[in-house]
Amino acid sequence: MRRIIKNGRVIDPSQNLDKVTNVYFSRGRIVAVSDEAPEGFNADQEVDATGKWVLPGLVDLHARLGEPGSQYTGSIASETKAAVSGGITSICCPPDTAPVNDSQAVTELIQRRGRQAATAFVMPIGAMTQGLDGERLSNSFSLKDAGCIALSQANKPIQNSLTLKNALEYNSTLDIPIFLRSEDKQLRNGGIAHSGPVSSRLGLPENPPAAETAALARDLVLVEQSGVKAHFSQLSCARSVELIADAKKRGLPVTCDVAIHQLHLSEMDLLGFNSLFNVSPPLRSMSDKQALIYGVKTGVIDAIVSDHTPLDRDAKLLPFGESAPGISGLETLMALVLKLVQNGDLDLMTAVRSVTQKPAEIIDCKTGCLTEGHSADICIVDPEAIWTLDTQQMLSKGKNTPFAGWEFVGQVEQTFFQGRPVFRL
Amino acid sequence: MSSKLAGPNIQLNELGKLKHFLTLEGLKAHHLTEILDTAESFINPVTNEIKKVPILRGKSIMNLFFEPSTRTRTTFEIAEKRLSADIESLDIQTSATKKGESLLDTLWNLQAMQADMFVIRHAESGAAHFFSQHVAPHVHVMNAGDGQHAHPTQAMLDMYTIRKHKGDIYDLTVAIIGDVLHSRVVRSQIQALSILEAREIRVIGPKTLMPESPEALGVHVYHNMEEGLKDVDVIIMVRLQNERMTSALIPSEKEFFKVYGLTEERLALAKPDAIVMHPGPINRGVEIDSAVADGSQSVILEQVTYGIAVRMAVMAIIMSNAAQLSQHKLEQEQQANLDLIEQNNQAEGTL
Repeated sequence: MRRIIKNGRVIDPSQNLDKVTNVYFSRGRIVAVSDEAPEGFNADQEVDATGKWVLPGLVDLHARLGEPGSQYTGSIASETKAAVSGGITSICCPPDTAPVNDSQAVTELIQRRGRQAATAFVMPIGAMTQGLDGERLSNSFSLKDAGCIALSQANKPIQNSLTLKNALEYNSTLDIPIFLRSEDKQLRNGGIAHSGPVSSRLGLPENPPAAETAALARDLVLVEQSGVKAHFSQLSCARSVELIADAKKRGLPVTCDVAIHQLHLSEMDLLGFNSLFNVSPPLRSMSDKQALIYGVKTGVIDAIVSDHTPLDRDAKLLPFGESAPGISGLETLMALVLKLVQNGDLDLMTAVRSVTQKPAEIIDCKTGCLTEGHSADICIVDPEAIWTLDTQQMLSKGKNTPFAGWEFVGQVEQTFFQGRPVFRL
Repeated sequence: MSSKLAGPNIQLNELGKLKHFLTLEGLKAHHLTEILDTAESFINPVTNEIKKVPILRGKSIMNLFFEPSTRTRTTFEIAEKRLSADIESLDIQTSATKKGESLLDTLWNLQAMQADMFVIRHAESGAAHFFSQHVAPHVHVMNAGDGQHAHPTQAMLDMYTIRKHKGDIYDLTVAIIGDVLHSRVVRSQIQALSILEAREIRVIGPKTLMPESPEALGVHVYHNMEEGLKDVDVIIMVRLQNERMTSALIPSEKEFFKVYGLTEERLALAKPDAIVMHPGPINRGVEIDSAVADGSQSVILEQVTYGIAVRMAVMAIIMSNAAQLSQHKLEQEQQANLDLIEQNNQAEGTL
C-alpha cells in the first residue's frame, strides 16, 4: 500500500530537516520526503497533516515489557500498543525478565512475541552475566547471534571490579554496545531517597550521589582500558554528567542516557511519601535536575529514555520503602519531552534528536529517521492538542505514573509502523 | 491511583484540628500546647497519679506493632485503658503478613472489626502516612514510630517534661546528642522544639551519625561535645544502637563514650540548672555515665510517667475533634435547612 502524509511539518534531526513537506512511503519503507511526488508514485491513501508535526517513530532504549515473567503487569502485546500510542516504534527491553534474558531461547521468545504483536520493533538486550548474578559471564556471542542488540545488567550492576573488567574485555570484540548502570551497592547501603534535605527530614534511607559517581568513575576507567563501546544508562547526578563530558573529551567511545522523569521531578516530590515517586536511581536535587537538562542540551547526554516499568497496583500500595520502584512511562515520554521544549529547556530539534536519531545510532539500528529506504516508522503529532493524563485511559497494563492529572500540550494523533497504521487517536 | 500529594497536613480535618497524629511537621504551636495542657489535666498535681477517665468508653483502639517494642506499646496500652477504651494489641510481624496477606488487607480486616483508631509502629518511614490514606474516613491513625521518620508522642512527652521543669520552651537552648541519622525520636523532637520556638537547637555527634543535610532540620551541628554543651538548658541523650558499630559508623562503645559520653565534667559545662533527658532504654557507660543518669539533674524516669498522660491527651483530643466535626456538620446541615425554609417563606411572601 502506498501512502502520502501531506503538508505536515516534517522534523527529522538525522537530516537536519524541519519544513512543511510530504512523506511518501510504500511497502513499509520511506520512498521520499519531498514536495513533489516521486516518478510514478500513485498513492492509495493520503493523510492530510496540515498543521501537524510529522516525526520519525521514537526509539526508546529502556522499556520493560513485562514478558516473559510478569505478563499480568504487562505483555509485549499490551506494552507495544501503549508505546505506539505515545509515538514510540522501537523499543529496547532490558534483560531483567523472569527468566532472565541470558539465553538464546528467551531472546527468541521476546522477538517472536514482538513479531506476533507487529506493533513496534522489540529489541532485546541480553544479560551480561548469567541470571544477572554479576559473577558468571553469559554466552554473549550466542545472544548477539540470536538478536540481542546490546548487553546489560539492568538494575543489577556488577559489583566485583575484576568481573566487570573481564566482562568488558571479553565483550570488547562483540561489536554491540554494553549498557552500564553505575551504582555502588555498598555506598547505596539500601538507600531509596536522594541524600539531601528531604531525606533528612523524612528519615528515608539515604542514597548518596557518590553511589552513582564513584561507580561511574570506576566503570569509565575499565571501559577505557577495555576499549569496549559503552553506554551509561539512567544518569541521575550532576557530577555524573561532568564525568561523562570528561570521558567524551578524552575520546572514549561512550554515550549515555537519562530517564525522562529525572528531567521533570526532584527529591521535593517525595515529601508526601507517595510511592509513585519511588524510582531507581532516586529523584535527586533541583540542581541535579538542571544539570541533567543542561547535559541533554549540550549533547553530553545523548538520549532520553522512558525507563518504562509497568507494575501492578499492589506493588505500589505499600509504604514508600517497601514499594517497588518504577514508572509506567511509555505513554508520557513524548509529551514530557515536548514539555521540556515548551518550558524553554530544550530546542525542538535537540529534543526530538534525543529520542530518535541519537538512540538509534547508539544501538546502530536503522530507525529513528525518515531517510529513503528506511522503515516507514512515523508519528503524527498535533502540536496544539491539550490533554490530561488519566490513568484509566492508559493502554499500558501498568498505571503506575506520578504524572496523572498533568496537562500536556501536543499529542500523538497517528502512528505508522513499517508503513502500516498501528495507532490512531 | 491518585498522584495527589499528601502533605503532612493530611492529619488535620476540615476545621484545622487533629484527625490523625502522624508527625509534628506542619502543626502549629497551638496544636502542641493543647496536647501539653490536656496531658496536664490528666495528672494529679499533688500525687503525680494519672486519673482514669471515661472519655473513650465504647471506642475501640487497635495497637498494630509491625516492629517489636515494649515500652511504647505498654504506655500506649495503659493510656488507652485509663481512657476506658476497648483495646486490642497485635504483633503483626508474627501473624498475618507471614501468611502472605498484604499489608492493606490486614488493615482493612481489622478495620472491619470496628476499630475507631489504629496505633501503628512500623519499620518503614512514612508507614503511618500510608495507612492514614487508606483507612475509612471515621478511623484515626496514631503514629507510634515509623522507620527513621517520626515518633511524635515520644517528642511530645519530652516537651512536657521540659515544660514541667523549665516553663516556656521559647527561651531555651537544647542539645541533642548521639545518633541523629537513624533516630525518628530526634526528628520529632527537633520539629517540636522548632514549632515551640526554642531559642537554639543543637545536635552533637560524629558525621557518620548525622543525616546529609542536618541544617535542613533547622539545627546547629556540633562535632565537639565541649563546644556543643556550653550553656545549654536541656540535654537530650539518644540511645546508641549496637548495630552502628557493626556497620562501621563508629569504632567502639568505649571510643564513643570518650568523645560523646555525658560525664559529670561535661555536664558542668551546661547551665547549672540544666536537665538531662533520655528516651530510654539507657546504655550506662556508652552514652551516659551512671552518676549522671542517676544524678539530681536527671529527669529520665519522669519521662515515662508523662508518656502515659501525653498519649492519653492526643487520643482524647483526636476523638473529641471528631465529635466536634460531626456536630459542626450537623449544625451546617440544620442551618442549610433553616435557610431553605426561610427562602421558601420569603418566596411565598412575595407571591
